[in-house]
Amino acid sequence: MSAHSQVPLERLPRAVRIALLLGGLALAMFPLVPMDGRDFYLQMLTQMMILAIFAMSLDLLQGVTGLVSLGHAAFFGLAGYSLAFLMPTDMPISLWWSLPLTALGAALAALIIGVFVVRTHGIYFIMVTMAFAQMIYFLFFDNKSLGGSDGVYVSFKPQASIAGWDGIDLNNKVTFFYFTLILLAATYLFLRRLLFSPFGRALAGIRTNEHRMRAIGYGTYGYKLTAFTLAGGLAGVAGYLWAAQTGYVNPDLMGFHMSAHAIMMVILGGMGNIAGAIVGAFAFEYTLHLFKDTTKHWQLLMGCFIVLMVVFAPKGIMGLLVRQEEASK
Amino acid sequence: MSTAVTPAKDEVLLSARDLTKRFGGLAAVNGVNLDLRRDRILAVIGPNGAGKSTLTNLLSGDILPSAGTVMMCGLDTTRYSPEAKSQRGLGRSYQKTNIFSSFTVWDNVRLAAQSRRRYAPWNPVQWFICADEQLSINASCERAIELSGLTARTNTVAATISHGEQRQLEIAMTLATEPQVLLLDEPLAGMGQAEAESMVELLLKLKKGHAICLVEHDMDAVFTLADSLTVMVNGQVIASGTPSEIRADTAVQAAYLGEEH
Repeated sequence: MSAHSQVPLERLPRAVRIALLLGGLALAMFPLVPMDGRDFYLQMLTQMMILAIFAMSLDLLQGVTGLVSLGHAAFFGLAGYSLAFLMPTDMPISLWWSLPLTALGAALAALIIGVFVVRTHGIYFIMVTMAFAQMIYFLFFDNKSLGGSDGVYVSFKPQASIAGWDGIDLNNKVTFFYFTLILLAATYLFLRRLLFSPFGRALAGIRTNEHRMRAIGYGTYGYKLTAFTLAGGLAGVAGYLWAAQTGYVNPDLMGFHMSAHAIMMVILGGMGNIAGAIVGAFAFEYTLHLFKDTTKHWQLLMGCFIVLMVVFAPKGIMGLLVRQEEASK
Repeated sequence: MSTAVTPAKDEVLLSARDLTKRFGGLAAVNGVNLDLRRDRILAVIGPNGAGKSTLTNLLSGDILPSAGTVMMCGLDTTRYSPEAKSQRGLGRSYQKTNIFSSFTVWDNVRLAAQSRRRYAPWNPVQWFICADEQLSINASCERAIELSGLTARTNTVAATISHGEQRQLEIAMTLATEPQVLLLDEPLAGMGQAEAESMVELLLKLKKGHAICLVEHDMDAVFTLADSLTVMVNGQVIASGTPSEIRADTAVQAAYLGEEH
């Protein structure tokens, strides 16, 4: 392996940054393009953006801190259920308090679970996060009063008018699309900022050599717990959006498959630089839809696709892009 | 260094009493006493398996002792975690190079320097400021890199610099945490002669202001640097004293230096 390949792709080359910006602009222009079945595509893209927020939140743990969580969907699902239970059946509740509240709720759940799981390392961390998530999954799955295996409907979209102006009507698919896009951009900018902050540098140090971090005076437990809590809160934002968009939550949202889904999106895109999580989420979902349209044995194709990607592009799509850019120099 | 009070020369900064570590039936370190004084280098020598590394790990908090105490600046730090000891002014380097190998030299040392800004991780200020723009950290980072002679390598990835330079980086990281007590576990291990000489020079420079415990196999370096020596065999101290006393000690000659003299 060349020395260069050991450098994480944290700092994105100029060309990649421009490509991301153009991608973002194209996304923002999409609703303006007249086409047949626009609503369908809008909904699909909105869903991809929500999953991208979810994937970025996981990347903070997996790619930045080196904590592979197989239970991250628990916080995604908990936030979705929170919205479902907060929403009365007769009138919508306000976005302005329900979104922060559900995100804080998810962060609190992450904090409580984190107190236990963050003590563990490596394979044990993977196992314990999965165990906690499965507990929560079955708590909802087996409990009729929590919706059971059927799940719960979210009767309304959250109401988001400002001082009587209802320009932000989340029932409008275009508005919901832009609202999600703004949250996607905000999450990205926040996490990129965080990545190069003293806190983010310490997390990267923990990923690289936790033992040495302690020897130079870092209480690594507090750093990991904070990262776990933040990631849980951001997963909560994604879960809230998911529940609001689909109008329905079920235990699958917090299940093992959903957690694994996020891990694969992050790996596919390229870990540790946040941008990769977005690219991975879109690429993964796109491929998934493509295969689903092609054959009913799409899982088989998806499996092959993942294997090929991991073998030929271990640093994900971002790794390929950076390699392209270096080759063209 | 950042100590505000003018330090007394020879002041004992770290003292270990009856330090013992048993692994099952084996006492890897058995009733060791030592004092580390400011501006003094204490060398701990002994054959392989004498317990020198275990002793270093006990002093640094990497492992907890079975018995005995470790006092730092009058404070009982016996059961402190490594990070708590580091924050109290203890810096250590490792026998096996232990760095952030995918980071640049600068980022390695910067991370060490950053540890002295005691923001709690959950303090949001920590999430939004730009790490590269913390001027006082950058300054102490530059100082540590310059002192350890790595200025030319500042932006090189740590995995790609030579072994000797990685040993220097170990020292630079330790220095960036502004320690008062330095535990150096075989800083010359695996170094070429020229590299070893510059490391000895560096350690002589560091003597002023620090209390240093040097675990080392290179006897030339030990006798050049040390003000006092402690000789360990099978987990026990068999002799301590000045270099000339140790040279003259028959027990030491028999146990350890015998074949060389």
